[in-house]
Amino acid sequence: MAQLEEVSIEKFKHLVSERALTGETMLLNMGPQHPSTHGVLRLLLELDGEIVVNCIPDIGYLHTGIEKNMEAKTYQKAEVMTDRLDYMNTMGNNLAYVMAVEKLVGLDDVPVRAQALRVILVELQRIASHLVWLGAFGLDLAAMSVFLYCFRDRELILDIFELVSGQRMMTTYFRPGGVWRDVPVEFEKAVRDFLKIFPRRVDEYEKLMTKNPLFVDRLVGIGHLDKDVALQYGVTGPTLRASGVDWDLRKSRPYCGYEQYDFNVPIRTEGDTYARYLVRIDEFRESLKIIEQALNKLPMGPVRSENRKFVPPPRSEIGTSMEALIHHFKLWTEGFPAPKASVYSAVESPRGELGMYLEGDGGPKPHRIHLRTPSFDNLAVLPEIVKGHFVADLVAILASIDIVLGDIDR
Amino acid sequence: MGIEQKLGNMGVVTTSLESMVNWSRTNAMWPMLFGLACCAIEMMAAQASDYDMSRFGMELMRASPRQSDLMIVAGRVSKKMGPVLRQLYDQMPEPKWVIAMGDCASCGGVFNNYAIYQGVDEVVPVDVYVAGCPPRPEALIHGVLTVYEKVKGEKFKDLVVS
Repeated sequence: MAQLEEVSIEKFKHLVSERALTGETMLLNMGPQHPSTHGVLRLLLELDGEIVVNCIPDIGYLHTGIEKNMEAKTYQKAEVMTDRLDYMNTMGNNLAYVMAVEKLVGLDDVPVRAQALRVILVELQRIASHLVWLGAFGLDLAAMSVFLYCFRDRELILDIFELVSGQRMMTTYFRPGGVWRDVPVEFEKAVRDFLKIFPRRVDEYEKLMTKNPLFVDRLVGIGHLDKDVALQYGVTGPTLRASGVDWDLRKSRPYCGYEQYDFNVPIRTEGDTYARYLVRIDEFRESLKIIEQALNKLPMGPVRSENRKFVPPPRSEIGTSMEALIHHFKLWTEGFPAPKASVYSAVESPRGELGMYLEGDGGPKPHRIHLRTPSFDNLAVLPEIVKGHFVADLVAILASIDIVLGDIDR
Repeated sequence: MGIEQKLGNMGVVTTSLESMVNWSRTNAMWPMLFGLACCAIEMMAAQASDYDMSRFGMELMRASPRQSDLMIVAGRVSKKMGPVLRQLYDQMPEPKWVIAMGDCASCGGVFNNYAIYQGVDEVVPVDVYVAGCPPRPEALIHGVLTVYEKVKGEKFKDLVVS
């Protein structure tokens, strides 16, 4: 088995300042096993006393080879991999992938009911993801109770996911051409119950945290991210919006029928850790608005496209129709071919722009898949914004940009 | 480890002491706070309000391997992470146990490729495998209780002290 790599100053000589080489500043290793790095991120810190002079992220401890592995699978099977990318946003990853596949093969008759269901579930996922973020953020700032409350509410959403897909986290519920199957009758009541309970819970979190002097003292003015720096680094999502840039793909490049819903994009101009927290809290409320509107006008009807070249026929047809049997056999043994072309499709994940670049080669398997994952670009800006802050603030800043290591390393 | 080795095999004394020590170990097992991937979120859920693993004496997650005696490998182990994982395991004091949580840690799961260890048992010895992708929090709790069963049956003379 491979031996543990020795950390020597030689390797990082060009990244740290002159003072580290003379021993004036200290090099400190944080991670990969550290409770505040949200997974297996390793940060090499150059410290002057308590002050961070330099911060060098070292990623790859969760490299999974997902992009390569997807090339070995047919378009239907590769979707399973996307769940495990950014494991807080499984529905959103599925959506980005199925949208890319639909664009590639030209499947444009996704029923309206499926579109609305996708929007509802993706927004629920956004709330669940922000809840995990809020819980972990609280833990990093030593607010244990927030974590317990957040996970209590997250269970409500996971119960809905389990109801529709049979799985709590890795749902794979969206399929090219629609969704796997129609939602059960209890779905609407479960979502309505959630809509009734959750606004009060958001108020509860705000009461616990937003005006809490300890909390505010630790966040205001910490980790200021300038608008221009954010744009240079390609930062997206709530982290960008907290720096005063009005950029949300749901508004600026609407997909999946987002243009029909009335919602605001929360913007803050302060650009500090506190602003990033406030943006996400506001996003809870905006997501609830979208879910309510989508649920109110959820139309009845089919949930899968009728295009049998790409979408398997329903079970009931297979026993009676020869053609349906052939389609079913072809789709599940061979898969469907995609043209020799490349597409890019992006969705707004809870962390930012999640893009899926897909290249077909005429066969049933993708030639190349590349993922533009938001956490990767957001992490890149971390060294810029932690310089000059205390190590304790680094933990808060790292938590506030909301990275998921599965998303970065993939 | 002190008294356990001195005692050797002293009949009824050893047996009673064994059952007492094992009982106390099962009720105060400290897992290591160490998440790798998706399963770590379910591990957090197992400790949070709805499932509350502290009912079984596990409320203390230690961030340091030197204070913990149960390692829950929650997620896929990449080739870069393997040596780190091994070092963490070596830093844990004896006696120690390992749970491979989820399909990736048990057998590689859906990732059969160049980057992932096909089961964490290639790196550290595993006591209990928990299936699922990711396992439900109930499944993890069942896995922990299975470790307890194993601990209760342990004999001093079988303990390998390295």
